[in-house]
Amino acid sequence: MPLLELDGVCLSFGGLRALHALDLHVEEHEIVSVIGPNGAGKTTLFNIITGIYDPSAGDIRFEGRSIVGLPAHRITNRGIARTFQSLRLFLNMSVKENVKTATYGQTHASPVESMLRLPRARREERAVNERAEDVLGFFGQRLQGYRFDQPAYVLSYANRRRLEIARAMATGARMLLLDEPAAGMNPNETHEITELIARLRDERGYTILVIEHDMHVVEGISDRVVALDHGEKLTEGTFAEVANHPQVIEAYLGRNPEALQK
Amino acid sequence: MAPIGVDEWVARSGEKREQAGRLRRLGERLNSRVGWWPRLAALAIVGLVYGQLGLNLNFQTVGFNSVLYAILALGLNIAVGWAGLLDLGYIAFFGFGAYGYALFSSHAFGNLVALQGGIHLSIVAIIPIVLVGAGIVGVLIGLVALRLQGDYLAIVTLFVGQAFVEIVNNVDPTVFGGNNGLYGLDPWHGLGGRIGTLNGYYYAALVILIMLMAGLHLLDNSRTGRAWRALRDDPLAAEVMTVPVNRLKVMAFSFGAIVAALAGIVFAAQQRSVFPTNFQSSVLILIYACLVLGGVGGIAGAVLGGVTVTVVEAMLSSPTDSSYLFYGLILLAMVARVRPWRHLALMLGAIVGFGLALRAIVGAISHAAIAGPPGSVGWIGTVMRHFVIVPTGSITYGNILFAALVVALIAIVQLRGIWRQVAIVPTVYAAACCWESRLIVDTGVTAQIVLGAILVVMMAARPHGLLGTRRVEVV
Repeated sequence: MPLLELDGVCLSFGGLRALHALDLHVEEHEIVSVIGPNGAGKTTLFNIITGIYDPSAGDIRFEGRSIVGLPAHRITNRGIARTFQSLRLFLNMSVKENVKTATYGQTHASPVESMLRLPRARREERAVNERAEDVLGFFGQRLQGYRFDQPAYVLSYANRRRLEIARAMATGARMLLLDEPAAGMNPNETHEITELIARLRDERGYTILVIEHDMHVVEGISDRVVALDHGEKLTEGTFAEVANHPQVIEAYLGRNPEALQK
Repeated sequence: MAPIGVDEWVARSGEKREQAGRLRRLGERLNSRVGWWPRLAALAIVGLVYGQLGLNLNFQTVGFNSVLYAILALGLNIAVGWAGLLDLGYIAFFGFGAYGYALFSSHAFGNLVALQGGIHLSIVAIIPIVLVGAGIVGVLIGLVALRLQGDYLAIVTLFVGQAFVEIVNNVDPTVFGGNNGLYGLDPWHGLGGRIGTLNGYYYAALVILIMLMAGLHLLDNSRTGRAWRALRDDPLAAEVMTVPVNRLKVMAFSFGAIVAALAGIVFAAQQRSVFPTNFQSSVLILIYACLVLGGVGGIAGAVLGGVTVTVVEAMLSSPTDSSYLFYGLILLAMVARVRPWRHLALMLGAIVGFGLALRAIVGAISHAAIAGPPGSVGWIGTVMRHFVIVPTGSITYGNILFAALVVALIAIVQLRGIWRQVAIVPTVYAAACCWESRLIVDTGVTAQIVLGAILVVMMAARPHGLLGTRRVEVV
């Protein structure tokens, strides 16, 4: 049984068909890349899976259970966490607090328990602290030590991307949806993020669905690649298969005029 | 080369901190070494000592109001500072608590149901009843507010605040007392004791304040506090990061409502009466002023703001103190902003010289123009008698001077360099003349103007408030 399964998912904004009859499945411990030109519906796909939009038709199942119609925070609690293409950190909170916030769904102390620091609140707070340090430790030195208490807005762009991933990890999810994790990074950092995504799967056991424009990253990490255009799936398969698929080439580059004449 | 993973800017941050002023370093060290509860204990001791000093009734009133406004600002901070919801209906919950207390400790209910003499509950019963009621009403209004954001939320909650005043004013005067309010309320009583003095209520409010500060500090550093601050920064990201945003918004409203109602219970009992005018928007604005002045989003800031605004207001209502405050602030601003020191000395000398010369010239032309007495009393009055120009019958003169003063202040902001320093000399003198001839006469109006001016200057110089931390929207 696939971990995540989309079955004929449609979404329209007025007359615009953002997604049409999309089927997609992601197996446990798989890394699947979604590619496609701008406006193909990649981020919309993420928004639909994480409950920001509801599909107008079709079904989405996670671990075999439908998650359609659930509020976004419940879906994340079920085990799908995401990052945002246009970074959406809690800029005025510290690095550590950003990560701690994402554990809200796994903790249960009521406000009164927190105000009185009753045993459950203390126990949870300790666990949350350990979890935050563990997750931030995954990124080496970059988000550690003195960084813990710095506000997120002082971080560099690349570190903000890392913190977004850390925050998604802290939700306790099994599956991560990464929206362009390498966008705006220099070649060094891009190389590093490629390794990081592989480590997320190998060391931490995450299943990963990733949107990426950088074909080196896609080639380096993907078990499978799915190509979208105009809200529909063009093809899927290994990187080589998808990269050489005529419709994918057409979607990115347009049609060869000589071929048209024939 | 710096090792990989450590950028240079951060590597040098320690060095930069070394370069910061000695005072700031000391402050930072104190900040990192001393935990929150010793500081809170120090505040509690200061509060207790103030109560023990045996000061006169005026000082006791200032003390009580300071603590009351600190509590109110703390409650407002929950929705506005943490959750980022612009709640303008907050004052209604203050009123809810006060009227709630009044109904359960007076003859008022006697007119509603056939109950001779009304209901007179002990405080042990009233506090839970009223607070639960306030919490429920807070939830209801929070639910309405869920669909609204920003300005729209502000407008709707403002309506709630206004509606409260209208309701207690107009619905069944035999119960709510209408314009005349409710009076002759019982003092706090229960557990075999009663609180009958102003100082008694001061201590009661102080205990509430200290407990509230401790509780809110712990709440701020818990899952709930973090979730509130997260939804202020980015509601969508918070929702996706497992925070049930809607529930937390309603909770923020409700918690704020409970704190305000608690303040209302203390207020009504101390005043022994409640009137609709106690809960008008002007009071709301004063609470906002406390929070903004102290720093939105911080516990210490809210409390400092509450104390500062109350003390400034109290000083402004007395002619002697208000003169100290007025001239003190001008002097303080100049000392803080004018550098180097010889410029400051030069400027102060120029002001004195300019004033004396102008007064001599005007006096030579017309004696009546300088014949009026200055408004200040005491030694400031004696000094000013020989310095400022105050004609007899000075109302119109003062009004014109005030308008000119506002124009001059705007001009000063536009000027640059040496011209600004030159322009400050006559402006300060004009301010002194205006103060002595007009402003000090109408203390009520002047208090509002000066408080407003303090806020304007404060916001320009330090937008995040006295103890607030700088916040960014998008970077």
